[in-house]
Amino acid sequence: MFENTRLAFQGVWNHKLRSFLTMLGIIIGIASIITIVSTIKGTNEQIKQNLIGSGTNAVIVSVYQDEYEYGMDYSPNPDGVAVISEETRHELEEIPNVEAASLFRKRSYANGIYYKNTGFNGSISGIDAHYFNVCGYDLCYGRGFADTDYKNCRKVVILDTKAVTTLFGHEDPIGSTIEIMTEPFTVVGVVEKSNTFKPVIETINDYYMYADTSSGSMFIPDSAWPIVYRFDEPQSAAVKASGTDAMTNAGKAAADLLTEKQILVSGSQFSYRSEDLLKQAQQLQAMSTQTNRQLVWIASISLLVGGIGVMNIMLVSVAERTSEIGLKKAIGAKKRRILRQFLTEAAVLTTLGGIIGIAAGIGLAKLLSSVMQTPTAISVPAIIISALFSAVIGIVFGLLPAMKAAKMSPIDALRRE
Amino acid sequence: MILSMQDICKTYIQGKVEVPVLRDVSFSVELGEYLAIMGPSGSGKTTLMNITGCLDRPTSGTYLLDGRDILGCRDDELAEIRNKYIGFVFQSFYLLPKMSALENVALPLLYAGMSKKDRLERAREALCTVGLEDRIDFRPNQLSGGQCQRVAIARAIAGHPSLLLADEPTGALDTASGEQVMEIFGRLHSEGSTIIMITHEQSIADCAEKIYRIRDGVLDTGKAGGTND
Repeated sequence: MFENTRLAFQGVWNHKLRSFLTMLGIIIGIASIITIVSTIKGTNEQIKQNLIGSGTNAVIVSVYQDEYEYGMDYSPNPDGVAVISEETRHELEEIPNVEAASLFRKRSYANGIYYKNTGFNGSISGIDAHYFNVCGYDLCYGRGFADTDYKNCRKVVILDTKAVTTLFGHEDPIGSTIEIMTEPFTVVGVVEKSNTFKPVIETINDYYMYADTSSGSMFIPDSAWPIVYRFDEPQSAAVKASGTDAMTNAGKAAADLLTEKQILVSGSQFSYRSEDLLKQAQQLQAMSTQTNRQLVWIASISLLVGGIGVMNIMLVSVAERTSEIGLKKAIGAKKRRILRQFLTEAAVLTTLGGIIGIAAGIGLAKLLSSVMQTPTAISVPAIIISALFSAVIGIVFGLLPAMKAAKMSPIDALRRE
Repeated sequence: MILSMQDICKTYIQGKVEVPVLRDVSFSVELGEYLAIMGPSGSGKTTLMNITGCLDRPTSGTYLLDGRDILGCRDDELAEIRNKYIGFVFQSFYLLPKMSALENVALPLLYAGMSKKDRLERAREALCTVGLEDRIDFRPNQLSGGQCQRVAIARAIAGHPSLLLADEPTGALDTASGEQVMEIFGRLHSEGSTIIMITHEQSIADCAEKIYRIRDGVLDTGKAGGTND
């Protein structure tokens, strides 16, 4: 076996140009499959990241009226929905796969917020002490909220870096006063979402998706929320799942728990629901995978063509080496030895082609992602499968020529010198 | 008795016509014999050699090689028999061009399933026997015709076969190399090898102990009282 492989490599090396041309079909096929699969995987990763955010694994659970999220911005407090207590928040953290939970209130399109004469229409949230941890924010400078801020309902505000850019430009915002619903709030800190990805906004849909992040966010202590907005407004909850795949279940369990505890009227039109981003991501991914899978099929055709090329060249090789086969049989080589020799040669040829194809595919995927600015992710299983598959092509398409060689009668083979 | 043939016939079919090549060939060879089979081209001597060497099957007859009935053997069994019992020397050497002399000689031993160490040792030994110990790593295209044939002889004897079969071993060689090759055969014979040589040259055939002549597919072993000119 080892000897056969060595001889096969020698054979390939002795006919460099011929071998390369034969491999070309396999190279092109494997390269296109690797490129397509990498692009699919990259797009899927990006969809997931766009929707879920990278690495925080936070699921938002909020009040829904029938099928739609209940917007606190324009509507009064929902009937029969209680404010979530600290005990219930603890219970949320007891749910399997939930690492931490936070309660908050939010206005997605804030109004009445000004710095000097500049308005702000990003989002504002009244948050508890766990929010930054759960939703993945890091403090850039200044300070976070202290216990006394919560206890004394201090009018302090933390901005994210986008809000700083929107309102202050390059000015240092710490210590400045921002007017929120006619109340003065002092800026104490600046935070930034950890691992944020930078969205590319090309369509109106992209715009809506990223609208709340585009002018930034502000955060005030939840105890200060009633100063500027309403009393007893039911909160939303953010739960941090232990992993991306646990998000769906963690979110559902949290929503069920909150619905049971907080919705006091049975048969209410209100309920707590989690935004199942993972599911949405999977749907989008399935769509992009579907489209690209067809491309994989088309690329597979070139593998078939490549395989036929290999068969052709192996037939030529068998014909050329008729006397070698004859001699080997004359001095005692059995059928399966000859068969194995030619199968090994075909497999070595296509595997080499496969490996070159994989390298070319990775290169092409990288090039594509840099030129067209689309993400690609190299798929290790795809690489392993391609390498194995190219060896299988060699064996399948090498079988006919190898059998032809194995079946030759030694005298016919020797006579044809 | 190492080899015995009884009433061996071989008929080729060309189109619709049956062409008889061998007719009722019967002969036997004892251990240690040195036999030459002579005949003009087209006499069927190559066919006889192919059948003797188990490369081809007769149409009818009985052929026992070392007590084994060859006619009932499958292709792979014949390959094993060739590997074990027969050493071939062909007119045009049939050395593999990409391999060194040593690797060429060791090839049949590989098919016999010998370990690499044993193979190379035996092959080196065989090359010494034909006087090529200093050409071990040369490739066929770096060797003269005579040297190539000696490598081929080394390959034939490396597996210690019971029978050496040579088909026109000097046919492609100049006189001097031819003589050298014949001298090797003589020496192998004196050391106890059984040799069957096929040739059309009287001078070559004269090296053997015994000469059978073949003409138009009929082998004359001198027993049936046929023409012996």
